[in-house]
Amino acid sequence: MRFAGSDSYVATGELTLAVNAAVTLARPLLIKGEPGTGKTQLALEVARALDRPLFEWHIKSTSKAQQGLYEYDAVSRLRDSQLGDPKVQDIANYIVPGMVWRAFESDQQAVLLIDEIDKADIEFPNDLLRELDRMEFYVYETRQLVQARHRPIVFITSNNEKELPDAFLRRCFFHYIRFPDRETMEAIVEVHYPGLKKELLAEALTAFYRIRDVPGLKKKPSTSELLDWIKLLLAEDIPPEALRSDDLKVSIPPLYGALLKNEQDVHLFEQLVFLHRRAGRPG
Amino acid sequence: MLIRFFLMLRAAGVPVSITEFLALLEALQARLIAPEKGTRPFSHEEKGRVPFSGVEEFYWLARAVLVKDERHFDRYDQVFSAHFRGIEQAFETLIAEIPADWMRKSLELSLSDEDKARIAALGGWEALMETLRRRLAEQQARHQGGSKWIGTGGTSPFGADGYNPEGVRIGQEGSRNRRAVKIWDRREFANLDDSVGLGTRNVKLALRRLRRFARQGAAEQLDLDGTIDSTARRAGLLDIRMIPERHNAVKVLLFLDVGGSMDDHVRICEELFSAARSEFKHLEYFYFHNFVYESVWKDNRRRHTERTRTMEVMRTYGHDYKLVVVGDATMSPYEIVQPGGSIEHWNEEPGAAWMRRLLATYPHHAWLNPEPRERWDWTPSVKITRELFEDRMFPLTLDGLDRAMKSLQ
Repeated sequence: MRFAGSDSYVATGELTLAVNAAVTLARPLLIKGEPGTGKTQLALEVARALDRPLFEWHIKSTSKAQQGLYEYDAVSRLRDSQLGDPKVQDIANYIVPGMVWRAFESDQQAVLLIDEIDKADIEFPNDLLRELDRMEFYVYETRQLVQARHRPIVFITSNNEKELPDAFLRRCFFHYIRFPDRETMEAIVEVHYPGLKKELLAEALTAFYRIRDVPGLKKKPSTSELLDWIKLLLAEDIPPEALRSDDLKVSIPPLYGALLKNEQDVHLFEQLVFLHRRAGRPG
Repeated sequence: MLIRFFLMLRAAGVPVSITEFLALLEALQARLIAPEKGTRPFSHEEKGRVPFSGVEEFYWLARAVLVKDERHFDRYDQVFSAHFRGIEQAFETLIAEIPADWMRKSLELSLSDEDKARIAALGGWEALMETLRRRLAEQQARHQGGSKWIGTGGTSPFGADGYNPEGVRIGQEGSRNRRAVKIWDRREFANLDDSVGLGTRNVKLALRRLRRFARQGAAEQLDLDGTIDSTARRAGLLDIRMIPERHNAVKVLLFLDVGGSMDDHVRICEELFSAARSEFKHLEYFYFHNFVYESVWKDNRRRHTERTRTMEVMRTYGHDYKLVVVGDATMSPYEIVQPGGSIEHWNEEPGAAWMRRLLATYPHHAWLNPEPRERWDWTPSVKITRELFEDRMFPLTLDGLDRAMKSLQ
């Protein structure tokens, strides 16, 4: 059973190789890359392509590793005891399983996504070492050992906001999603907007890569932003000619707000256009 | 064969462990990649893609298993190509000298003190630049030694590796005298590596002074006192009170001097840098060369193309940022007080004007100087900088850091 991309996700050869290595050897796969290159999407697509249940655990700055395993809801137990509820006798009633537990208990091998692990506290990955390595953990309140029925396929994404500890990295495979080249990008757009006019696609991609090449942009537009932009272009029915920059080197593409997300970037870009126009004028 | 590859990776500084190596062997055993063409378990022909050859598949597989950080990809690539071409590693970096022919450093002059004393400066700044222009026009060929022409190793004020206190530096790798006024080399500075973690413990301790705990953000800790109090008020019915967790609210703007006279100090700076990174939530850093002018940069490899205007830095980061400048402040005084004094470009306004603007924007500021305190009084530019900073210049020692951090609060 191998993953080789899907009809809605274009995976490069090296990415499928990394995914298959992680699946075969049952190791977690750590995915890094620029924002908007489809890191999170990958887990969704793998789950769909391999027909596995997906458990998503989205990490926030306040997330604790324990929350992924289980939480002991002491507050509601205390409240129940005040109200005299008979449920209070059994502590197991107040153990709430987290995403990791649910993935472990799944009847068939599950896909577990730990999304944006770098958002959490710096110690967060260290608290998951044993869980990811041995795929088991211990529930202290009920003295119960939870073991995975089938080792889940674990995907972990990171945006590099924090360094991950070495001990954690050693247990993972790693893949860095590079920003797609033009050829791959065409395939990606084709998957999302099949039958897009060749001219529009060519012009849009040219404009897109030109913006990405502007030095000093705070936030370079990414794949997901390109897709949004093309969607807008289609909705507004913009002809490909409008994207063409004539003999000027740079021009502001229509609906650029979908690509540039920062007023300083827009300003920088406008300045460049102005300079080029002035330079391009004869005399 | 693979063991040698593994050892070479380790020697090149890619942190690979035995577990990871065993995982690679396991992956090979699982036949994830096939050794021969045609038997490959999956292909990409249907997507119009060129399928991998065996070595390429091995390359990607070994990279996914062994390398866990994209910063190490480059080293991995080098080792991979060296190993699989059967060529011994050549890790030397080639540094091209500009202009290569003239500035070949084949002659080294050692001048006595009397000689040095005899070489007087050629008058003021304007005269110096004017003379250089004339000499450049007169001179056509490579020159070496002597005392007039531009070349290497001589005592003329123009050229490299020679001695003249007001000399113009042309085509030289390291600064000899630390007083040269113009570099014509386009030097690439190694990006300060923030991986220096060992030996930074003491610096870390001092930087911790900067931490000021402030309570802000979402409610998340149980406020025990508040809960007891509130529960009692409600006659025993439980009422949970939460308070925000403490986190570091200190914002720091770090300016680092790279290149030129800082060559000796880059190591100390790296240590400070690596310590600082993990200490603050808001830390922005910029690089400059010798003194701050109208623009600074974030990436030393692209410093000539991607620069940030100092004005924009001041607009972007608010007054509550604390400004820390790290530099030895050792340069020609022209570079601070004179328009056009920068050794790398023509600056319309003197560095001092830009520094005053920065200091006005960031009332909390300090300058950290890696040079020992005893040497400060010998260099006029240090004196000028100290005056600009109203004496808030501190040596880069544990004690100096302590005092710097105190003055920032």
